[in-house]
Amino acid sequence: MSGYIEAQLIILCLSVIYAYAIFLPAASGQLNLGAAGFITLGAYTSGWLNASDGLGLPMALGIVLSMLFVGAIGFAISLPILRTRGVYMVLATFAFAEVVSGIAINMEFLGGAAGMPVDAHAPVEIVVAVAIAVVLFCFYFMSTRLGLALRSIHDDESVALLFGVNVRTARVVAFTVGGMLAGLGGAIYGHHYNYVEAQTFNVLLSIYILLYVLLGGTQTAWGPLVGAAFFTVLPEIFRQLAISMGSDWLADSRFIFFGMFIVLMMVVRPEGVVTRTMQDRCAGYLSGRRARAAAAGE
Amino acid sequence: MAGNVLAVAGLHKSFGGLKVIDDVSFGVERGSRTALIGPNGAGKTTIFNLLTGVYPVDAGTVVLAGSDITDIPSKDRVIHGMSRSFQNIRLMPHLSTVENVMLGQHARAHSLGNLLFPLGLISRNKWRAEAEAALENARLGTYPGEVVANLPYGVQKRIEVVRAMVSQPELLLLDEPAAGLNDVETRQLQELLEKVSESGVTILVVEHDMHFVRNLCDHVVVLNFGRKIFEGSPEEVHRSPVVLEAYLGTEESAPGEGAANAS
Repeated sequence: MSGYIEAQLIILCLSVIYAYAIFLPAASGQLNLGAAGFITLGAYTSGWLNASDGLGLPMALGIVLSMLFVGAIGFAISLPILRTRGVYMVLATFAFAEVVSGIAINMEFLGGAAGMPVDAHAPVEIVVAVAIAVVLFCFYFMSTRLGLALRSIHDDESVALLFGVNVRTARVVAFTVGGMLAGLGGAIYGHHYNYVEAQTFNVLLSIYILLYVLLGGTQTAWGPLVGAAFFTVLPEIFRQLAISMGSDWLADSRFIFFGMFIVLMMVVRPEGVVTRTMQDRCAGYLSGRRARAAAAGE
Repeated sequence: MAGNVLAVAGLHKSFGGLKVIDDVSFGVERGSRTALIGPNGAGKTTIFNLLTGVYPVDAGTVVLAGSDITDIPSKDRVIHGMSRSFQNIRLMPHLSTVENVMLGQHARAHSLGNLLFPLGLISRNKWRAEAEAALENARLGTYPGEVVANLPYGVQKRIEVVRAMVSQPELLLLDEPAAGLNDVETRQLQELLEKVSESGVTILVVEHDMHFVRNLCDHVVVLNFGRKIFEGSPEEVHRSPVVLEAYLGTEESAPGEGAANAS
């Protein structure tokens, strides 16, 4: 595997993990713009737990403990944050990420603004394996009755309540588990690059991750996978295309076209690339029930 | 009131200075098919929202199957045996038909093991089988996998009834089930409700279509301006001058049908 492909694969895997972390709350209609905060927490915690001048724990144990720690933080902040709705929740989660970033930069024992080297290395195989595990877990999670309840809350919260769904608990669980996955993503990031710096996990990252999810679609578990793949792979394809056409200018300005493409996507498919109806159609096609699925229309 | 599955006593509700429900008391006999009727703005849907806990009551009590549910939260009332459909269809548009029905099972399946069971991955499971059987029983067996947003209005109305039924209620509340349906769809709905009633479930229905009420119901409670003005069999209601006056007005004054949104 060439270095370039491998580097892209790592970015893809991390993006997929991050995307599922934000997808879980988004599937129940909560917009979390604080991904960077959870990622920062995960990266620094597992790095410090593993570091020789930290606790010196084995990498795997450090990662698991950091997930639990990030989950605990996520649970604690979910209680006030989930009282907010819509754009206010976006702001509250954004503020959380900024607070985490501010703390990380000002902690001397975490390296402060210079960042923190991480000892143990997670090779590409581990990154890929973790990403696959996260995808499988989220497919399982969304297929459970809890997942059904979360999707119901997304569609009509008060009706879900009347059928006995504990809306608040379901939301807290989705937010907390999502936070743990983001923490896991951060831990893997730190151990792969062997270096973490709070500035890397900025609001732009949070925005990108939320976009992966919203443009991929929140109705099915395929959405974040498609969204993240789309966002990380497409700009690179654009670049290769531009280079092969011999235009450095095009290669540098590919994000202009990418941006236009995103706007177009929002107009054409406001509910995301993968919708429930589309999933049913594909499933119907694969199992030879094409005619019936097509008759359902979209 | 031993024979009553639902007993409402002295119910009051005001929104700001407006008395929407004013000292309403009635009972719904177990196994009956009771209708709640009244002109627009009479407070019919408000009663439903008070019964299901969407609004808190100002005064009065609601007793369901022997237990006082006046102050318990909405999400726990379904466990006490109450389930409802909505005036405007409120199925989950992004869920399939069978998933919508499985949501109705939630109150019976909220143990941790049930919550974490992968309903979607292991497609042969008792919950899905039960939901599909319920759909089959309602002659909706051809639709389990379809996303409900793509289905006809009349079918969606019946799916709402099935969803409410799988929570295994003692009392089924139906808010204008026949509104917006054509004759064929109304007949299919009525057939389904007859079946529901035969299975022993008590039905309380808010409805404008008097023809539908006369065909389905055996007892009628009439509201006007938040007060109960009459109670009796459909024939008695039909002959009652009080009810006629409420609907058509007296010769001197015709009460407006202004507050339509509260109906």
